[in-house]
Amino acid sequence: MSAIELNNLNIAYSSVQVVHGASLTVNEGESFALVGESGSGKSTILKAICGLNDEWTGEIKLYGEKVDPRNRADISRISQMVFQDPYGSLHPRKTVDTTLSEPLAIHGIKDNGDRVVEMLNAVGLDQRYRFRFPHQMSGGQRQRVAIARALMLKPKLMLLDEPTSALDVSVQAEILNLLKQLRKDQNLTYLLVTHDLPVVSFLCDRLAVMKKGKIVEIATRDQLAKGEFNDAYSQELYHASKHEYVA
Amino acid sequence: MSQKLLEIEDLRVTFPTHQGDVEVVKGISFDLGRERLAIVGESGSGKSMTGRSILKLIRSPGRVTAKKFMFDGIDLNKQSERQMRQLRGARISMVMQDPKFSLNPVLTIQDQIAEALRTHQKLTKKELDEKVLHMLDQVRINDPARVAKLYPHEVSGGMGQRIMIAMMLIPEPDLLIADEPTSALDVSVQAQVLDLIDNLIQEKGMGLILISHDLNLVANYADRVLVMNSGEIVEQCNASELQNATHPYTQGLLAAMPRIDETREELPTLDRTQWAAT
Repeated sequence: MSAIELNNLNIAYSSVQVVHGASLTVNEGESFALVGESGSGKSTILKAICGLNDEWTGEIKLYGEKVDPRNRADISRISQMVFQDPYGSLHPRKTVDTTLSEPLAIHGIKDNGDRVVEMLNAVGLDQRYRFRFPHQMSGGQRQRVAIARALMLKPKLMLLDEPTSALDVSVQAEILNLLKQLRKDQNLTYLLVTHDLPVVSFLCDRLAVMKKGKIVEIATRDQLAKGEFNDAYSQELYHASKHEYVA
Repeated sequence: MSQKLLEIEDLRVTFPTHQGDVEVVKGISFDLGRERLAIVGESGSGKSMTGRSILKLIRSPGRVTAKKFMFDGIDLNKQSERQMRQLRGARISMVMQDPKFSLNPVLTIQDQIAEALRTHQKLTKKELDEKVLHMLDQVRINDPARVAKLYPHEVSGGMGQRIMIAMMLIPEPDLLIADEPTSALDVSVQAQVLDLIDNLIQEKGMGLILISHDLNLVANYADRVLVMNSGEIVEQCNASELQNATHPYTQGLLAAMPRIDETREELPTLDRTQWAAT
């Protein structure tokens, strides 16, 4: 069964249309990337899927069921989002424990803190961080908290919006390893938004290249590794990333 | 390189805290000719502080000390704040990371670039306008006359960064410090901006200090590389030999980066305890 199915998705902010007829299918257990420049509409698609934006037409199906943007609670039990900036996406005056318990409270799930302990373990954070505030932790640790929060409702689908671009390379490596491990352990499906092709190569099976709100090409990881793109723009993006590479 | 543009010995930057003084740059020494030097390191390694201290832009209560602090025969240690203002922009200038926050939002592009020039030279309005348009053309802005009248919020990120470069290069400085000039930009635009800086530097025979966290990028756009970690220089090498770096920190950074044809199951991570990094 497919985890995500987009059929002719159009998204507009008031009168400006930002996504034009996007269609794609992400299989269950797959890791899929949306790549493109800023303003190409990749994050917009992510927001539409998780119900943060309901101004779209077309069809979004999650695990075979049509998404109703008015029913956010249902969506969030299936899919959760991790944002780019771990400095901005955690509430500065809530402890890790409160942050992680909140989704459970919202969804009326009774739990005596076991799941908080479980998820902290899953993301490799020591229990002593449980009652800390975000400002008492490093960027990498905060991103681990953000990932733990997304996992609290045991979703099947994770929507990752540039999860490592605000981090140093060495910290990025830790988070990428963690994401890869989590996918294996918990059998998750990833939809990752990024502009960093090497990250796609490490974490994803397939990718869609977007330009000005349109999906111009869908390629596999092998194609990416060899640079075998059909579309001229994908080629350009590939070479731009390659340009910075030590020959 | 016969004439050294910059000679620095035992540079230290200190900030007082409740727990006593914290040294963020711990006695580094290097010199620079008319060449391209890159300083790389992670956040908190002191690379930006090093760049800022050359312009003496570290605000009190931060302190900058150095045994030797020479720029083109001028002892920066002895310069007053007034004398430093003569140097900044005119002889040494700096390109900041994010054009969104570094351009003045209430001035047009034309006025901002002209301001950089007017501070250091006396020119008529007509000469100023001509120079600004010429400079915008040099940083490859298509329609300089139109763009000059725009405000910063009306231009894209890549264009904003080119405007900042234009502003920094128009007084024809001898040394350009570029602090993460492209990390706020898209991959496809990054290369353009760096090529541009590179061409202009070569053309005018200036010195460049490129501050970055991106080792790959640095290997392509610098002659020499300094690798910094917690306020110290851990490795110095030619950019072309970066792949053969010997220090475990440099090697760790290089290995931690995913490749476009990645085959590794897991990325190696840094063992931070080894160098007591932050």
